[in-house]
Amino acid sequence: MSDRIADIYGARTPHTKGTVWPARVDQFLDPGVDEGSVDSWVQSACLLCSNGCGVDIAVKDGRMVGVRGRATDVVNHGRLGPKGLYGSTRWANSGDRLTRPLVREGGRLVETDWETAMGRIVDRSKSILDAKGPLSHGFYTSGQLFLEEYYALAVIGKAGIGTPHMDGNTRLCTATSAAAFKESFGADGQPGSYTDIEHCDAVFLYGHNMPETQTVLWARILDRTRGDDPPRIVCVDPRRTLVAMEAERTGGVHLAPRVGTNLALMNGLTRELLVNGWVDQDWVAAHTLGLEDLRSTVEPYTPEHVGDICGVAADDVRRAARIFGESEAVLSTVLQGFYQSHQATAASVAVHNLHLLRGMLGRPGAGILQMNGQPTAQNNRECGADGDLPGFRNWDNPHHVQQLADAWDVDAMTIPHWAPPTHAMQIFSYAETGSIGLLWISATNPAVSMPESARIRRILEGDQCFVVVQDLFLTETAELADVVLPAAGWGEKTGCFTNVNRTVHLSEKAVDPPGEAKSDLDIFLMYADRMGFTNRSGEPLLGWRTAEEAFDAWAAITAGRPVDYTGLSYDRLRGPTGIPWPVNDEHPDGTDRLYAEAVFPTDTDYCETYGHDLITGGTVTEQEHRAMRPAGRAFLKGAPYTPPHEEPSADFPLRYTTGRTVYQFHTRTKTGRSGDLNRAAPDAWVEISPTDADARGIAEGDWVRVESPRGAIEVRARVGEVMEGAVFAPFHYGHWEPAAADGGGHDDANHRLANELTMTVWDPVSKQPAFKTAACQVTRLRASDGPAPAPTTGASAPAERDGARRRRPRPTQGGGPTTSTTLAETPTYPLDPACGAS
Amino acid sequence: MPHLTTYIGLADHSEQTLADSFRTVAEGHARAADVFHTCRLLASWSDEHRTALAPIIERYGEADVDEPERLHAAGLAESRDGDVGLLRDLQDLHVLATLVQTTWTVIAQGAQGLRDHELLNVATRSNAQTARQLTWLNTRMKAAAPQVLIVAP
Repeated sequence: MSDRIADIYGARTPHTKGTVWPARVDQFLDPGVDEGSVDSWVQSACLLCSNGCGVDIAVKDGRMVGVRGRATDVVNHGRLGPKGLYGSTRWANSGDRLTRPLVREGGRLVETDWETAMGRIVDRSKSILDAKGPLSHGFYTSGQLFLEEYYALAVIGKAGIGTPHMDGNTRLCTATSAAAFKESFGADGQPGSYTDIEHCDAVFLYGHNMPETQTVLWARILDRTRGDDPPRIVCVDPRRTLVAMEAERTGGVHLAPRVGTNLALMNGLTRELLVNGWVDQDWVAAHTLGLEDLRSTVEPYTPEHVGDICGVAADDVRRAARIFGESEAVLSTVLQGFYQSHQATAASVAVHNLHLLRGMLGRPGAGILQMNGQPTAQNNRECGADGDLPGFRNWDNPHHVQQLADAWDVDAMTIPHWAPPTHAMQIFSYAETGSIGLLWISATNPAVSMPESARIRRILEGDQCFVVVQDLFLTETAELADVVLPAAGWGEKTGCFTNVNRTVHLSEKAVDPPGEAKSDLDIFLMYADRMGFTNRSGEPLLGWRTAEEAFDAWAAITAGRPVDYTGLSYDRLRGPTGIPWPVNDEHPDGTDRLYAEAVFPTDTDYCETYGHDLITGGTVTEQEHRAMRPAGRAFLKGAPYTPPHEEPSADFPLRYTTGRTVYQFHTRTKTGRSGDLNRAAPDAWVEISPTDADARGIAEGDWVRVESPRGAIEVRARVGEVMEGAVFAPFHYGHWEPAAADGGGHDDANHRLANELTMTVWDPVSKQPAFKTAACQVTRLRASDGPAPAPTTGASAPAERDGARRRRPRPTQGGGPTTSTTLAETPTYPLDPACGAS
Repeated sequence: MPHLTTYIGLADHSEQTLADSFRTVAEGHARAADVFHTCRLLASWSDEHRTALAPIIERYGEADVDEPERLHAAGLAESRDGDVGLLRDLQDLHVLATLVQTTWTVIAQGAQGLRDHELLNVATRSNAQTARQLTWLNTRMKAAAPQVLIVAP
C-alpha cells in the first residue's frame, strides 16, 4: 500500500537503455471498496493531465469508485499518477454537481428545465443572428471535452453559424505547440513518441516541470536515469525543480534563465552548434530551408552575451550545447515555461532548429515532444474547435476550404476563412464591446484562468453579451452566466481523445450522469436541432446522433491529411491499447513517430499554414511560400531576442511568473473535490527566494501582498527554490472553496487569484497569452501561525539553504492507500522499438 | 547629386514620420495589446533605419528640399477612436510605409549607380524591414476588417 501524495512517482522500475519500460499496475479504490466487490471495470484513459494514461474505471452500484492503470497500454504500461488515482472519480459523486439547467431571473440564477434554458439560448441566438449576422457569435471551449464534441462544435460554428470566433482554453496552454509545429514542419503533429525515452542519450526539458505536470512520463524518465546507461538531463527553468536536481545528478546542466529571456538562450545554443560544427550538413542540405538566415540571426549570441541577457554562466551554455551536439539521440520536451512566456513561438521553434541541424528526428531516441497541458487539447486543434480548420487544413487555401464544404454539403462562403481565426483574447475583446453578443463557454473557467481577471469578470457579468456556460459545477465563470447548462463528465459519456504523442483512446460511459445533466455532445446536437441547421440538400447539418457516428464522420474528413484517422474505429479502439495516428492503409497499426523519411508536410498545396514572421506575426502569402519551393523540406526559422513587454522597475522590481502544482489541475474543479489531493495543496501561496525574502523581512509562512500594475493578491509566502528576482504563484486558486472535509475553508479566497496580476499580452504567432512575464513587488503584511500551504514534495519545497534559520513545514503526505504491482512479465507493446518494432 | 540627397532626406524624414505615427497609433489603441506592442516595436525599426543612414547623411549631406509639400507625407498627429478608427489608422500607416519603401527602392537604384556599398546595404536592409512592417499591417487589417465592417458597435 503506498501513499501516492508522499510518493508521487511510486517505486522505481529501472532498466537499461534500449529495453522496454517494465509494466506496473497502479490502482486506487475508494475507502471501504475492495477489489472483489467491484461490479465492472470500464475502459477509458485518464483525463487529469495531457499524458493520456490508459485506465479502467471501477464501477460499483452505479457509481465510479476508483481506477486501475491498463498494463497493456503503450502510454503508461499500467501506471497512474496521484491526480489520476485520487482525482479521477471523486468529483462525480460530489454533492454540488449541477443537475438542472439554470437561467438568470432578476439578477439571480434559478433552476429550470431544458426546454426553457435551451429555448432562451435559441431565441437569443436567432435574434442576434438576424440583427448582426454570424460574427455576433463566439464559442470558447476547453481542452477537456471529447473529440466528437469538438467536431460537433466545429461544424456548428463553421458551417451552421459561420463564425470565425471559436477558440478554446487550449489557447492558454497549447497554442504555441501547434504554432511551432506549423512554422517548422508545415502542419501540426507531434514528431516524437514517449518510446524515445528508452533510446535517448540526453533529455532536454525546456520550461517543462514534468515531475509536476506529467508524473507518469517523469516516472518513465526516472526509470532510465536510475538504470544502467542513463541519459543526461538538461533543465531550462528559473526554479530549482526536480528536473533541475536530476540534471545535477546525471551530469547534465540546469540553466535558469531570467524570466522572459528564453529566446536569447536558444539562440546561444543554436550558435554553439553552428560554430562547433555539430551540424549534419548533408541532412540539413537535403531536408531543410533557411540555414544561412538562421546563422546570421544567431551570430551575435555568444555564450557571454547570452550570459549577460539571461543571467546564466557562459560555460553552462557551452556545456549544454556540447551535450546536445555530442549525443547520438536527444529527446526534447517543451511546456509552459516556453509557451506562456515571452517570444513563445520563436523559442519553441528554436528547439526544432536544434534537432533539424543535427538531423535528430524520426528515429528512436531522437524526438521532440511539444507537450500539451490538457488531456484533449490535441483534439481541439485537430477538429478545429480552436478556430483552425478540421484536419489540419489551411484556412488560406481555397482547395482545403472546398474539401470541407463538400464534406458538409454547404457553400464554401459559409465557412469563415477570409481571415485568421479569432483567438481567445480577441474574442473576449469583442465580447467586451458587445460586438460579440452571444458567448458560449464549455468546460472551462476563464474567470480564474485568463489573464487580468478583473477585466474578464467585467466582460462576463456585463449586459453587453449573453453568456452561456456548460459545466459540471457552478464555477466562478458559471456564476456570471445568463444560462448555465449541466454537463455530464468523464465516465458519464462515451467519446475519444488523443494525447500528446498522438495516441487515440476510447473512453466508455461507465455510469449515468446525475439528474438532468447531458453530455456535451447531446447539448450541442440539441442546439443544432433547435436552430434548424441544414445543409444544401435540406438535411440536418449534423446528421449523426451518437458519439460513434460523430467519430466516423470525423475520421472520414481526415482522409489524406497528416492527422489521418481513417483506419480507426470504436471497435479498433476497444483493444488492449490506444493507437497513435496516422492510422490508414499505409499504417494500419498506427505510427509511433512521424517524419522517419524526413519528408515534412510543407508542400504549398498540402501545408496547414504558409507561415508567419516570428517577430510580428505577419503572414507569409501563398505566392511567397510557393517561391520558396519547400516541397517537403522543414523550415529553419529564427528571430532575435527582444526584451519582455514588462520589465522590472523601481516600483515593481521582481519578475512574476505563474504555474502549477502536482496536486491540483487547472482551477481545481475536479482535484479540489478530492480530499487526498486538495489537502496536499489546499490554498494559494507565493514563492520567493531567500535573498529577496531577507531584503523584505519575510519569513516562511508570513502573509504577503504581491502587486503588479494590474492587481494584487494577499497570500502566504514560501521561501523557496525560485531564482533570485523571481516570484512564483500557482494559478489554480479562484474564490471557490472545497468542503471543509476536503481541506477547504480558507478565508483568503477573495484575494488569492494569481491572474489578477498577469498582463493582457500574447505571442504574435501563437496568440498564447504571456502568464510568465510581469513585474511585481512583494511586501510583508504580518506573521501567520504556520508555514505556507505549499507542498514540500516538488519545486515548491522550502529552500535548502534556508533551513537552519526558519521553521520547516511538515512533509506533504496523507494520500489514501493505493496498490502498485510490478508485472513479472512485461506485455508486448505494438510499435515499441524496444519490443522489436521498427 | 542634388536629387540623391533629396531622397536621402526624404528617407530620413519619412522614417521619422512613420516611427512617430506608429507610436501615436500604439498609444491611441493601447487597449489592443498586440497593436500597442507591435507598433512600438515597428517604430523602433524605423529608428534603426535612421541610425544606419546617419553616417551616409554625414557623407552626402541631407538636402533640405525646396518642395517639402511634394515629398513629405503628413504623419498621424493623433489616432482615431474605436475599432473602425483602428482600421483607418492601420491603413494610414500602410500608406506611410509604402512611401518609405518606395523611397528605399529609389535610393538603392542610386546607390547601385554610385557603387556605394554602404548605402546599398542600408537601403536594401531597410527595404526588407519595411516590407515586414507592411506585411504586419496587412495581416492586422485583414483580421480586424470583417468585424469592423459588419458588426462593430
